[in-house]
Amino acid sequence: MISDLFSITVVIGIISSGIRLATPYLYASIGETFGQRSGVLNLGVEGQMLLGAFTAFYITLKTGSLWGGVLMAMIVGALMGLAMAYVTVNLHAVQGISGIGFYLFGLGMSNLLFQKLVGTVETVQGFPKIYIPGLSNISGIGDIFFSQNILVYIAFLLVPLAWFVLNKTNLGLMIRAVGENPDAADSLGVSVTRVRYFTIILGGILSALGGASLSIGLLNVFQQNMTSGLGFIAVALVYFGGWRPWGVLGGALLFSMVNSLQLWIQVLGIPIPSEIALMMPYVLTILVLVASVSRVRSPSALTKPFERED
Amino acid sequence: MKSRLNSLIDALLPVLATLAALLVGAVMLILLKVNPIIAYKALWDGAFGSSNAVAETLVKATPLLLVGLGICISFRGNVINIGGEGQMIIGAILATWVGLNFTDLPGWLMITLAMLAGILGGGIWGGIPGMLKAYFNVNEILSTVMMNAIAVQLMNFLLRGPMIDPAQAQVASQIPQTARLEEIFRLPRLIPTRLHLGALIAVILAILVYILLWRTTLGYRIRAVGENLSASKYAGIKVQRYMVLAMLLSGAFSGLAGATQVFGVNYRMITDGSATGFTGSAGFNGIVAALFGQLHPILTIPASILFGGLLVGANTMQRLVQVPSALITALNGLVVVFVVSSEIWRKRRQRKRQMVAQQKDNPPLRPEDKQVNPMETGA
Repeated sequence: MISDLFSITVVIGIISSGIRLATPYLYASIGETFGQRSGVLNLGVEGQMLLGAFTAFYITLKTGSLWGGVLMAMIVGALMGLAMAYVTVNLHAVQGISGIGFYLFGLGMSNLLFQKLVGTVETVQGFPKIYIPGLSNISGIGDIFFSQNILVYIAFLLVPLAWFVLNKTNLGLMIRAVGENPDAADSLGVSVTRVRYFTIILGGILSALGGASLSIGLLNVFQQNMTSGLGFIAVALVYFGGWRPWGVLGGALLFSMVNSLQLWIQVLGIPIPSEIALMMPYVLTILVLVASVSRVRSPSALTKPFERED
Repeated sequence: MKSRLNSLIDALLPVLATLAALLVGAVMLILLKVNPIIAYKALWDGAFGSSNAVAETLVKATPLLLVGLGICISFRGNVINIGGEGQMIIGAILATWVGLNFTDLPGWLMITLAMLAGILGGGIWGGIPGMLKAYFNVNEILSTVMMNAIAVQLMNFLLRGPMIDPAQAQVASQIPQTARLEEIFRLPRLIPTRLHLGALIAVILAILVYILLWRTTLGYRIRAVGENLSASKYAGIKVQRYMVLAMLLSGAFSGLAGATQVFGVNYRMITDGSATGFTGSAGFNGIVAALFGQLHPILTIPASILFGGLLVGANTMQRLVQVPSALITALNGLVVVFVVSSEIWRKRRQRKRQMVAQQKDNPPLRPEDKQVNPMETGA
């Protein structure tokens, strides 16, 4: 049975579902990367994902429009981000704790709305797989890379895009400056407030998209607390990836591949208790955090509210 | 007189934050086409309407207070422990294991040992992230979240496997739960309700934590490390040791909370496969209670009762006016956001007070003196 794990179909299956599973992490982690590079730790990701997941699911269920669902989820995410930005930037609230507040709010709200507006388990027709002509027929690689739904493709395209914005544009320079030395950035005329509002709202939008990628892309249902800790792991992956989009991609892939492996171990009936298998990704994350954190330095102004000295 | 007024306003800020959250809740209720007055009346009656309701509220408040006391210690040490859920679970597992295996012991000894096992379990589960933070610079928020997820799987594994109730193992349903504790090994009840000794222990511990934090060297050092890390280092405090200790103590309180849930309320460990299934989210709500009590162990007592009441009342509200109790989770979140946001006004007033005090000590200079500062010119 163990040897089944190494057969070519299973390996392709593991990689293919690993890539799918990486999608929600990628959205949320890339969004969080922008926030943290500008000096703001958003711990409310999980709550934003849950509300995004519910909104996308509900709009799709009621109107049948998948893109309408995506759009509304993004709006809800932006609003959550706006509230988070006001609380952390203007009111200087302790970021780790206000994030927990936003998490509880999103958890309760999504659950409340689900029970009041939907009530029972219902499924929607999610985004279909797109078979890229020509490429999707290549055996193995076609299944892995060219037969996924649109939200998966967008998530992976976000990585080079985020890298480009952060490292090659003026906006990215401002974001990094604000996260490293807000006083200097401020004296050069960069509005710390405006940059942080931008990154936190962007983070909210992407987290909500990550939620949507679960409820109308991957699973096509909404359940209460369906993210079950996914948003917190997305935050961990940012540390894991050393605050760089490519590093975050590596972390998300590693985490989701281990998760996918764990699913296949259960499918194949390999005698490892499923609970022990489910533990593996978390243990691995802690180990990698231990190994990586001492190497990479966090943005200097992370979690520090900015106050102009008069 | 004025300073007393100021501290009164400070103490009232969380109350105002709660009222604001309830106001937002009222708007949400209206949108859900429920009369907020009727809903909140059901909430109040469910929480404090009868002596039985009050007892239930106190039962719910007990784990919140215990977790909250640990949070007071760790947050004062600037260690953000989000791992209450996992620490409760591991504490409960160890305590239950003792309770099911050492059945030859007299009742009081067994209960004491089981509570100590709970403290040990929670302490270990909190101590690991503490060590990772102190010696490997791993962010404790992340590691405690991971430790929560690991604890849940460990609990599911044990409760479905090695520790499963023999009766469940034989039937097809296989609910993840342990066998029931024998009657002599249960925490005694205080009055003929479900209120158990754990509540009293928690209140006594609140006083002890107050003494620990403000009357002992250990507490002083934990707070010093929390308030100014580099100054503490400079003063020769072994800051890493106190970070680990803050996490360890914090975890120990959560572990005890888990143990009292088993020995005082359920008399067995049971779950639905999620953390909340066992803890009832006390690991998170304890943080809310401690913050509400301004990280002061004594103030955390009324705060825990308030949130315990909200949780109990939420169930009544769900039953009577069909508002899902999730509303209260959302409102708890808002309370946290409002409380941490309102800190800015407290700090601003504090700064203003300091400035006023300074001016009293050094009367303002005459305008002509103000121009030249002898220190600056070196004169």
